[in-house]
Amino acid sequence: MSITINGREIEATAGETVLQVARRAGIEIPHLCSLDWAPSPSASCRLCVVEVEGAPRLQTSCTLEARDGLSVQTHTPRVLKARRAILELLVASHPQDCLSCARGGDCELAGLASDLGVRRRRYVGAVKHHPADISSPALWRDPDKCVLCGRCVTMCHDVQGIGAIDFVGRGFKTRVAPGFSLGLNVSDCVFCGQCARVCPTGAIVERDQVDDVVAALADPDITVVAQVAPAVPATLLEGHSKSEGVRTMLERLAASLKRVGFDAVFDTGFAADLTIMEEGSELLDRIVHGGVLPMFTSCSPAWVHYVETHRPELIPHLSTCKSPQQMAGALIKEIYPAYAGVDRDKLVVVSIMPCTAKKFEAQDLTGVDYVLTTRELEHLWGRFGVDFAHATEQTPLDPPFSEASGAGRLFAGSGGVMEAALRTAHKLVAGKELAGDPKITEARGLDGVRRFTVSAGEAELGLAVVNGLGRVRDTIDELLNADPPVHFVEVMSCPGGCVGGGGQPYDTDAAAIKERLQRLYEVDRRSRTRRSHENSEVQSLYEDLLGRPLGEVSHRLLHRTYTDRRRGDVAAV
Amino acid sequence: MNESLLTAPCCRQCRHTPSTPCSDLIECIDHGPVCHDDDGCRDERARRLARARRGGDGMVLFVGAGTCGRANGALTVIAKMEAYLQHRGLDVPIVETGCVGYCQREVFVDLVTADGVRLSYCDLGPDTVDEFLEAVFGRRELHNRFLLGRYDDPDGLYGDVPPLAETPFFARQTKVVLANCGVVDPASLDAALAAGGFRAAATALVTMTPEEVCDELIASGLRGRGGAGFPTGRKWKVALEQPRPQKYLICNADEGDPGAFMDRAVLESDPFRVVEGMVVAAYAIGATKGYVYCRAEYPLAVERLREAIRQCRAAGLLGRNILGSLTDFDITIKMGAGAFVCGEETAILASIEGGRGMPRPRPPYPAVSGLHGCPTVLNNVETLANVPAVVNGGAEWFAGLGCGDAAGTKVFALSGRIRNTGLVEVPVGIPLREVVYGIGGGAPAGHHIKAVQIGGPSGGCIPDELLDVPTDYGTLQELGAMMGSGGMVVMDERSCMVDVAKFFMEFIRNESCGKCTPCREGTTRMLEILTEFTERPVGDDLRRLERFRGILHLEELAETVKETSLCGLGQSAANPVLSTLRFFRDEYEAHIMESVCPAGACQGLRMYDIDPEVCTGCTLCAKNCPSGAIIGKRKFAHAIIVDRCTGCGACADACPKQAVLAVA
Amino acid sequence: MSAVDTIITAHGDGLTREQLIPLLQEIQGADGFVSAAAMVKVAGALDTPVSRVYGVATFYNQFRFAPLGEHVIQICRGTACHVKQSLALAQHLKRRLKLREDGNSADGRYTVVTVACLGACSIAPVLKLDGEFYGHLTREKLDALLDEVEAGAEAAA
Repeated sequence: MSITINGREIEATAGETVLQVARRAGIEIPHLCSLDWAPSPSASCRLCVVEVEGAPRLQTSCTLEARDGLSVQTHTPRVLKARRAILELLVASHPQDCLSCARGGDCELAGLASDLGVRRRRYVGAVKHHPADISSPALWRDPDKCVLCGRCVTMCHDVQGIGAIDFVGRGFKTRVAPGFSLGLNVSDCVFCGQCARVCPTGAIVERDQVDDVVAALADPDITVVAQVAPAVPATLLEGHSKSEGVRTMLERLAASLKRVGFDAVFDTGFAADLTIMEEGSELLDRIVHGGVLPMFTSCSPAWVHYVETHRPELIPHLSTCKSPQQMAGALIKEIYPAYAGVDRDKLVVVSIMPCTAKKFEAQDLTGVDYVLTTRELEHLWGRFGVDFAHATEQTPLDPPFSEASGAGRLFAGSGGVMEAALRTAHKLVAGKELAGDPKITEARGLDGVRRFTVSAGEAELGLAVVNGLGRVRDTIDELLNADPPVHFVEVMSCPGGCVGGGGQPYDTDAAAIKERLQRLYEVDRRSRTRRSHENSEVQSLYEDLLGRPLGEVSHRLLHRTYTDRRRGDVAAV
Repeated sequence: MNESLLTAPCCRQCRHTPSTPCSDLIECIDHGPVCHDDDGCRDERARRLARARRGGDGMVLFVGAGTCGRANGALTVIAKMEAYLQHRGLDVPIVETGCVGYCQREVFVDLVTADGVRLSYCDLGPDTVDEFLEAVFGRRELHNRFLLGRYDDPDGLYGDVPPLAETPFFARQTKVVLANCGVVDPASLDAALAAGGFRAAATALVTMTPEEVCDELIASGLRGRGGAGFPTGRKWKVALEQPRPQKYLICNADEGDPGAFMDRAVLESDPFRVVEGMVVAAYAIGATKGYVYCRAEYPLAVERLREAIRQCRAAGLLGRNILGSLTDFDITIKMGAGAFVCGEETAILASIEGGRGMPRPRPPYPAVSGLHGCPTVLNNVETLANVPAVVNGGAEWFAGLGCGDAAGTKVFALSGRIRNTGLVEVPVGIPLREVVYGIGGGAPAGHHIKAVQIGGPSGGCIPDELLDVPTDYGTLQELGAMMGSGGMVVMDERSCMVDVAKFFMEFIRNESCGKCTPCREGTTRMLEILTEFTERPVGDDLRRLERFRGILHLEELAETVKETSLCGLGQSAANPVLSTLRFFRDEYEAHIMESVCPAGACQGLRMYDIDPEVCTGCTLCAKNCPSGAIIGKRKFAHAIIVDRCTGCGACADACPKQAVLAVA
Repeated sequence: MSAVDTIITAHGDGLTREQLIPLLQEIQGADGFVSAAAMVKVAGALDTPVSRVYGVATFYNQFRFAPLGEHVIQICRGTACHVKQSLALAQHLKRRLKLREDGNSADGRYTVVTVACLGACSIAPVLKLDGEFYGHLTREKLDALLDEVEAGAEAAA
């Protein structure tokens, strides 16, 4: 089928909306509420209106499905006038503090105002006055900046299945808030940050820790080291030449970080490999010794927080392994002072993560001092005048945590922990490596839940990958009682895994996440070592310090306990 | 328990029970028994029917005790009657009815005389009921000052009493939907059955196919009475054609338009008609589950409806296998929770599903994908109340009732500055003037009508000089008003049209669900501009300049909100502004340019002055001033600081010497 | 067991999201308002996030989140009432009862709620006091009505 947009005939498939068809054809129709993940369009912002031949009224292109013979005009004077009028209304009740807003030059609303030619505040009248919420260690809200597009509510309820925030009140007084308009810290929020990732304005942003990092860097007595999560280089490659790989990007990143004052840069992927050693051994231990099964992964802090707050009865199922971020943090603090000859008390560990929940985790555990999201990294560059896009300098990452296997890099995507774990588990159980290409296709992809079995030696392992918290509610109980039993479940909180994390660049379409996943698969394919247990740094670490997986030192440094944080009666607050 | 005698068996040969329903049940009421021949049974059935028609044996009193009747003291009237009758040792049953529509003359009391003629009395109240009772039962004076008219008098016993239907208020009306309102006991299935109830349900369910019912409705030309006027039969047909096992029917009783109360009156006065309409509709579309979504502000309507549903279930007229037609249908009542937008059909769905009542984009239309994603037909109360008449009278008869672009009758709610307030039912398309002057009696003495507001917040104001237009969907829309649900608020020269526009804008601003940008933000801005017009200009020159610019902004905003809002509420939100701007622009200009409200209605433009000669310095005005605008020492003349005065008039009300005078 | 628990229990096992608004209405009917504690319980019973229950409750005018006064007055601000000066009546009520922003009188004995339309336009201006309609109001009639309420209260004391 084909439709006509602005006189151009464009191919369309059934079910596609005019907004989507136009975007594919390079015609950008402004919109604020549309979101790839929404189950149905909310059509609330009204900015995407178009003229439809034969229809008297303007129609929203986000709800208009392509049909044969449809002919629309997307940028007529009538349409432009209506769009500008709508935007003027949004601007009228919006705070005028763009110069000091967290979204600064990266605001969709400001961008639209500029595009549509809103050059003055036309209406003088009531503005919004709702208290800001800085109660959470991960996410800050400023409801006055909210344009009520509803993307965050969709992400929180429909995609993530959490429902920490919703529309409150009605009409002009409508705002987005947690229950009883209390703080996020006492809400159902698990800090996944998907709300912030899709917010078009500065209404929900990560708790900004750039200043803390800048202050640490400025202090000559303090040694500041960074660890970089595998998802970050996979993301920063966006817009770069195809030939540049994750490895190069990591080294460019290391060079720039050192330029702004970091003393060392480590690869969190190293800790991912380490996690596999511990977690794989733990799984085996549980299977052999009749421990609690299925075992759930514990790398995704929003998932861990979900279990602690929503389903604490599941805590025994959580792997006791710390997340790679915290394993790396603990090891850096344990080893690096002696290794580099610095004072342990004067060592600051900064992790650069695709994640907002890591900020909560950093506060909860002791290995990491500050967490910067992928977005905050941009702000850090801005602070120090780094033109990262053109910074070509490269530096190898620092030992003793400079190396990651292809398996460790896969951690950044949904199914990656599973794939990495299976590669190592196979060796542990069967005593030999997986034959041929260790790619495990069943673990890959973007489906909400992927279940499969793998035979390792004589054992038949029941496995499941849960992609995004949204599928947890309807699958977890089934997985607990499955027959044949499920042994190991990977849960990543964000759709697509860490590459779609809440700290990633602002985005409303799913395409970028797919590309990042492809990059992960690519770097794995090209890696010299593709199995965690082959990582030489990991091997030496066990020889020099840890002894064996699940050993005494491991337990002290790499494992953790959990807390029942079930929300009491919030109303009593 | 089934307390309905008319649906009870006459003898053992009658097999009808609610669980084994008989398809001849209704036929048997009129001409029964059908399944066997027995003179005794025939007499018994006839006796039951006659008694149910009359309301009882011997003399019977009917008291109009709908919401408006009650507000005028109907319940006290009933209590006093009971006491009087008991005291006199008279055994006269008192039946509560709903509203006959002539609210201005409430409380209505009807008396069925011993010889079976029903006389109608009005203007009663707690203070006058004793006089009435003494006249009727003491002195046997059936002719007394309260008598308004009579119902059928086949034997000419009361020839000197005018038939009620020929009295001025009723003479121009055609009662279809309201036929039983205020006449029949709304709490009795037998009363409804005796008045012709469920004949249409029997015809449709037993003798017609769903397609035939839909086609009959299409042929009748019945259009939705809730607002937009979509052809009812076509909506049904779309739903009927959906190949889905689960379908729903929703009766929209969320009558939110201020100025409209016909749905309340129908539910209070004749709930069985609505239930019957729903049964027919459900059959026509294949729905097994129905909802009535009713405003929380209508407790009596809900009570009466709940009782009607209970009695219908007990008699087998709701539930499984209704009238042996293999049709299953039952009704659940859902109470609204105070949100005007829930009159919008997709918002109702959200509300019934337990969510915030926010409209969603259409298509898909509810008839294709509605409640829980299933095909769902939404019809308003008045629409469904028309359905039995369409089936009984036939499409041709119904279509012949109306004129202009629509068929049938329309109920209008007359209120505001008019002599006769109340509910009137007229053929669609009769001139507006006929309704307002002919039935409503025009403005109160000494005043003249300025405009009639039709269609509530989505409608517009039609000036007096245009009242000769027909009341059909198209014409009203051309004039910037709309049929809406049929509220007509009459305004005389004391009403200010800018104030009216502001009033509606405030209403819409408060009721906007907040989902889409133009409605949420645009109505706020429009209200601010209108408020500015109705207040004295204060502050710097820029603010004064804004006031002039306001009218330009207002027109642009109105256009934007109309063109880009998500739902019907938003799309029509600007209508009150646009229609007053169109017909009463001079009033806007007076407000903007001269800061004067020609009608003297805008408080913010009113100014007061204290006559120092008369003021005794009692300080009452200063004490009562909410804005601290009055200064003065005790026993000395006081004065008003103009800049602080909000024009509320509290000082004038408080002054014992009438020293405070309005000056503008 | 609290009224809220009783109400939830009475619905049995068949509770679905459709019952959210009816449950809140029943709770308000019993307690006069919907407390945060009640909403948490409703959320639990319906397996729905608290934020959604709160979001729904705050959408509708009917729900109140603080206890009501002894006497509840619903004053109609519909079109017909507006045309017949209901604004002046509302302002008079506000002054006489010394109403605060939340609609409660200074002494907490009265709660005044503005209603978009009571649907009793034919007897405008109209208000509802403790469930009863009073129509064709004037300032004098309103004062007399309130005097009566006050006299009743004194007689009871």
